Amino acid sequence: MVVADSSAPAEATAADQQATTHRQPEVLSGAQITCKSLEAEGVTTVFGYPGGAVIPLYDALPAANLHHVLTRFEQWAGLAAVGYARVTGDVGVCIATSGPGATNLVTALADAMLDSVPIVAITGQVGQSLIGRDGFQEVDITGITLPVTKHNYLVRRPEDIAPTIKEAFYLARSGRPGPVLVDIPKDVFIAKAPFQYPKTTGRKSYQPNLVPNMRQVRLAAEMINAAERPLIMAGHGIILSGAEELFRKFAERSDIPVLFTLLGLGAMDEDHRLSLGMMGMHGHRQANRALDECDLLINFGARFDDRATGRLSGFAPNAKVIHVDIDPAEIGKNVPADVPVVGDAKEALKLLLHEVEPGDHADWMAWIDGQRNRVLEAALEDRPEWPEPFAIIKTIAEVTDHEAVVTTDVGQHQMWAAQHLGIRHGHRWITSGGLGTMGFGLPSAIGAKIGRPDLEVWTIVGDGGFQMSGNEIATAVQENLDINIAIINNGYLGMVRQWQDLFHARNYSEVAISGPDFVKMAEAYGATGLRVTRDEDIRPTIEKARSIKGPVLIEFVVEPEANVYPMVPPGGANSEMVHDPQWLPTEEDV
Amino acid sequence: MERTHTLVLLVEDHPGVLNRVVSLMRRRSFNIDSITVGHSEQPGLSRMTIQLRGEDADVEQAGKQLYKLLEVVKVTDLSEAAAITRELVMVKVAAKGSVRSEVLQVAQIYNARVLDATPSSLMIEMSGTDDEIDSFLAMMRVFGIREMVRSGKIALARGSTAKHGHIDRITDATFAVAD
Repeated sequence: MVVADSSAPAEATAADQQATTHRQPEVLSGAQITCKSLEAEGVTTVFGYPGGAVIPLYDALPAANLHHVLTRFEQWAGLAAVGYARVTGDVGVCIATSGPGATNLVTALADAMLDSVPIVAITGQVGQSLIGRDGFQEVDITGITLPVTKHNYLVRRPEDIAPTIKEAFYLARSGRPGPVLVDIPKDVFIAKAPFQYPKTTGRKSYQPNLVPNMRQVRLAAEMINAAERPLIMAGHGIILSGAEELFRKFAERSDIPVLFTLLGLGAMDEDHRLSLGMMGMHGHRQANRALDECDLLINFGARFDDRATGRLSGFAPNAKVIHVDIDPAEIGKNVPADVPVVGDAKEALKLLLHEVEPGDHADWMAWIDGQRNRVLEAALEDRPEWPEPFAIIKTIAEVTDHEAVVTTDVGQHQMWAAQHLGIRHGHRWITSGGLGTMGFGLPSAIGAKIGRPDLEVWTIVGDGGFQMSGNEIATAVQENLDINIAIINNGYLGMVRQWQDLFHARNYSEVAISGPDFVKMAEAYGATGLRVTRDEDIRPTIEKARSIKGPVLIEFVVEPEANVYPMVPPGGANSEMVHDPQWLPTEEDV
Repeated sequence: MERTHTLVLLVEDHPGVLNRVVSLMRRRSFNIDSITVGHSEQPGLSRMTIQLRGEDADVEQAGKQLYKLLEVVKVTDLSEAAAITRELVMVKVAAKGSVRSEVLQVAQIYNARVLDATPSSLMIEMSGTDDEIDSFLAMMRVFGIREMVRSGKIALARGSTAKHGHIDRITDATFAVAD
């Protein structure tokens, strides 16, 4: 049953040593055991919100070596943990009380589940004598979170806490990462038990497959070597396995152009000659056109999400498919694979690098290059009168030299950011992909800044999403975090308005949204607020924001009805993308 | 091709396992015809038999999703040829006067057993394959079924070990379900 866990951090040994010197393990409360277990996992920061069922845990917190970040809503604690996990590559931790505290975490768990983010959520539960009796603030959180967690636990005895937390962290970070919830009843926090942090964990029934089958690797390599118009689809899995360097080497050696899923951005420098930018619903023209023409598609660590593929029947219609994924259930789920390779991206790339021959696809690259929308690219260099959203995004990227961590909310600004930031590294582009969680931007930026205080952190948000989680400025102020918030304010729930514009006869139903005076709002919270209404103020204001300590909010007032292009209409194939009428590509094959 | 599949699962015997399995099948839109759970020959492990209809590829996807549940140790997709399946049915049949001997005669044909009797009815148990049970019930309906319960199907692979139809936990060579 017990499998050695090589990922056990060095911190675990402190508790082990203590246990050996004293021989008799220390007897501690469940709350203390919880804190010690988190410390043993190398946790330094937890995001949470106290409440009745977790009072005993919060009683033990001040004595623990853990920095607790008090958010203003449990959902944002969960998403701060997501932001933390995504910049650090380690497990993010959030804490909530029973009942409403726990249900408020559900969205964050679902977000982490769909984007394969390792987080551990600790929730309080009512005392065991009240479980099943509809006690005050009782909900069946393990039942509720069943489909949105990789696994979850209800801990019944204090002696089970340490092994459960050990296993929870192991599950969260190993294999295909994901969220794990540990529900602990109040009386279990209070009851005492001897504490000894286990050295090993694992289950017979859980054995992630890291190293792929060599036969499959060879089949894949043969296909790659023979292809004339190969294309790589780079997914989040490359970043999750820390394989960016190997991936670049692989792409360079085989000379295969790369396109990115929304979460795959950062898997390779977007400035690289082989990079084609993002694919899919709002992907670049050359990326989606290349998909149509390629004879081989190699997917590394992406799950063929519908926003990336468009209508499946029209997806990469001429291509054979190699699908590299650590999760066997992803193979053939949406797109049949001619050669499945089940394993960790890093391990697969190591093996593939030895098997592929140096490639030369200059003709294919030249064809793809001809598919770029030159008219649009020229327009991006112009300086329009009105602050164009993409001009704002490009300026943030330039001023920060593409080195900042950028988090976003969900909607138009998110797509503009994905199209125009030019992301250079993994773990710097933090966006809610699968779930599309509005309000994600600010809390994930808080988690990101705490996880990587050495990096500059920006969050690009819309005026709609920001009004969902804007109260987290209070958290950023309380934690004195240098976060820059760029609100792209168009006075609309822009993406929904765009769909209504294009597909619902401009029936603008409930999308006009007012807001506070964002500058005053920032100031009321003790942060700095700035406003930009003219194009020439974009750069100086961004530069000014970088020089101010603490959270800075910049409100960019933009054209109310700008749309994101290109766009693949819902239900359409990627080849059916629609372009902005003002910047129609000149090529005849639109 | 859509057809009936019999998935046999070996699962850890923990509270909530059935809930996890059923919840997953519902979430992924798999339609369960019947499900039975009981202890297996291995301590701490239970065996579940799930009968469902679906395309082969969909059922294979169900198997792979089931493997992602921590408590699921093994999933086997048993085809009709590779498996022995049985289901138990108990029926209360109207059986007054002269009809009673006719009911007993039919019961004998199906190797069914009488469990209980009242002056107006008989309770009969019968086990067999789906087809046998359907046929038996069709006969009993002639006399009038007052109450009935079916156990749901259980299945074991033929042979000394379960080699057939094992959906590999980690498959990359082929994802085809062996028949």
